[in-house]
Amino acid sequence: MRRTALLIALVLAAGACSPAESGDTTTSQASSTTVVDTTTTSLEPTTTVSDGFPAAIAAANGEVMIEERPDRIVSLSATATEILFAIGASDQVVAVDETSDYPEEVPTTDLSGYEPNIEAIAGYEPDLVVVSDDLGDVIAGLVAIDITVIQQPVAQTLDDTYAQIEQLGAATGHVAEAAEVVGDMQIGIDEILASIDAPLGTSFYHELDNSFFSVTSETFIGLIYSLAGLVNIADEAEGAGTGYPQLSAEHIIESDPDLIFLADTKCCGESPATVAARPGWDQLSAVSNDSVIALDDDIASRWGPRVVDFLAVIVDSVNALETSGS
Amino acid sequence: MVPDVELPAGPGPTRVEPVWALGAAVILVACSLLGILVGAADLSLGSVLAELLDKVPGVDLSSDLTTREAAILWEIRVPRMVLAGLVGGMLAIAGAGYQGVFRNPLADPYLLGVAAGAGLGATLAIAYFPGATSWPVSPLPIAAFVGALLGVMVTYVLGRTTATTSSTATLILAGVAVAAFLTATQTFIQQENSETFREVYAWILGALVTVGWSEVVLILPYVVVSGAALYLYRRLLDVMGVGDEEANSVGVRAARVRLVVVIAATLGTAAAVAVSGLIGFVGIIVPHAVRLVFGSSYRVIVPLSLCFGAAFLIVADVVARTVLAPAEVPIGVVTAFFGAPFFLLVLYRARRSA
Repeated sequence: MRRTALLIALVLAAGACSPAESGDTTTSQASSTTVVDTTTTSLEPTTTVSDGFPAAIAAANGEVMIEERPDRIVSLSATATEILFAIGASDQVVAVDETSDYPEEVPTTDLSGYEPNIEAIAGYEPDLVVVSDDLGDVIAGLVAIDITVIQQPVAQTLDDTYAQIEQLGAATGHVAEAAEVVGDMQIGIDEILASIDAPLGTSFYHELDNSFFSVTSETFIGLIYSLAGLVNIADEAEGAGTGYPQLSAEHIIESDPDLIFLADTKCCGESPATVAARPGWDQLSAVSNDSVIALDDDIASRWGPRVVDFLAVIVDSVNALETSGS
Repeated sequence: MVPDVELPAGPGPTRVEPVWALGAAVILVACSLLGILVGAADLSLGSVLAELLDKVPGVDLSSDLTTREAAILWEIRVPRMVLAGLVGGMLAIAGAGYQGVFRNPLADPYLLGVAAGAGLGATLAIAYFPGATSWPVSPLPIAAFVGALLGVMVTYVLGRTTATTSSTATLILAGVAVAAFLTATQTFIQQENSETFREVYAWILGALVTVGWSEVVLILPYVVVSGAALYLYRRLLDVMGVGDEEANSVGVRAARVRLVVVIAATLGTAAAVAVSGLIGFVGIIVPHAVRLVFGSSYRVIVPLSLCFGAAFLIVADVVARTVLAPAEVPIGVVTAFFGAPFFLLVLYRARRSA
């Protein structure tokens, strides 16, 4: 699945090199309008609406009007970066933040989305900036110097993810490719969910770090597990008032989850071996059944197209549990 | 080693009455039992008691705990309770020691830059020696100790040179400034090493969540050495209370006593910080509570602070792990919640009597 997504991104990236050339692909609606655009550009460039611009984007920071196709995009969100590259807008991206590391060819810089520096961002002369959080009033700061900003916060549902992909498609002139990415995701997710073979009540623990912070089903990550019909042992800690409670080790061991997913392999160097070595954890069924799964921290914390890969790992683990258990 | 001199009579009793010792022991045992019986996992009271009694030599009781429940009890709950007791007792007597040698009722590991220095030392160790946790002797307490000693020395020198008269506030203000500087340095190093940032962050919030017996073994020698030194020097702390010149006149070398007590208290604090993260206010509220009830002789304050500090942190940890169970509350939040108002009370009394 990851390979096909990458392939799509590469093909689309190649096609996006020149707007005039993309007229060759006649299958998509956007491409055909581009043809109209190229014929009329020289006549009345300012009044052209047929290429999708100006575009009105209903972003989290209000309705954002994008006058023309941006070609100097700065992304301060690793998820937005993945989306931009998946929909074939890679050529329009000039800089991404320090956490953006996928796909490999992204122009990673030392810009930070957590402690954004407006002057450093402005130094890339962006015509569009995509952020996930408005930390340090970065949006107001950028708008004040006439830079267009789209905010795409952490998704709560898959529909939020699809909406964000379509938004970025409209904002960058890749409406058809965005629709295709969303369609592929939906098909991929349906196929994966159809292959589930889990008994009712299969439970899991998702570990964010080695002091046992976890996620409840209220969060986007928790929701992906719910799709697979799994029971989250962190849901009993909902009273903590956060979607990301710190669980007591006693609770984890007492709950004896069928599956343990480690989303702290990169941050904290945890692995099935380090989990087995923790005091008292050798008593867990997941440890003795080899059902401690090392995740890629990044895939398991972003809400972009690779959510499908994340779900695939979950369902594979569930199905492996079934065959080994019987 | 400890000169035997005639001591001026301090205010209040100068020795721990047997009935107090008994009372303190009973309270500590009761708190320990509470710490063992209460937790996020729902272990039945009777089974846990049976399991405990079974460990007493000569008693043979079969508890009906499953192996998993027994693991929760012996691998998680009991070591955590023991560690909370060791850290609490250590921080409390370290606080008492600082208060004695600095003749300052507000002295506390956290207000003197000791904890911030330990934090910086530990952060440096985590950031630049990431594989160090697997070394035969963990460098974490040693790095924390060096940082802590640096913190308290700088605070003391600054507090003394800037004050025209011996002033309670000057030392504390110097400590606040030093702590802020050390914390800023620590934060900078964290930012520079963002790949180990999560590890440091988890540790700052208090690491009692993840402890096992290995942490208990790690801290025990430091607590024993530091505690023994402070206990042996408890009489001299009373002498220090009357002033350096007066202490020298009865044959006590005040500068050396101060050095030994500061090193002992700092060593213990650093070890506690290295395993448990930053837990504030224990070192100030426990010795003061003891002082309010039992008088201000350090011959009483040091041993009783050890007991009550242990009991206090064990109970604070019970609150931390049960109030939102099965979620945790950082234990530093609990101690600050009770400690901060108490600190204000002490401050108020100190200013009124000054």
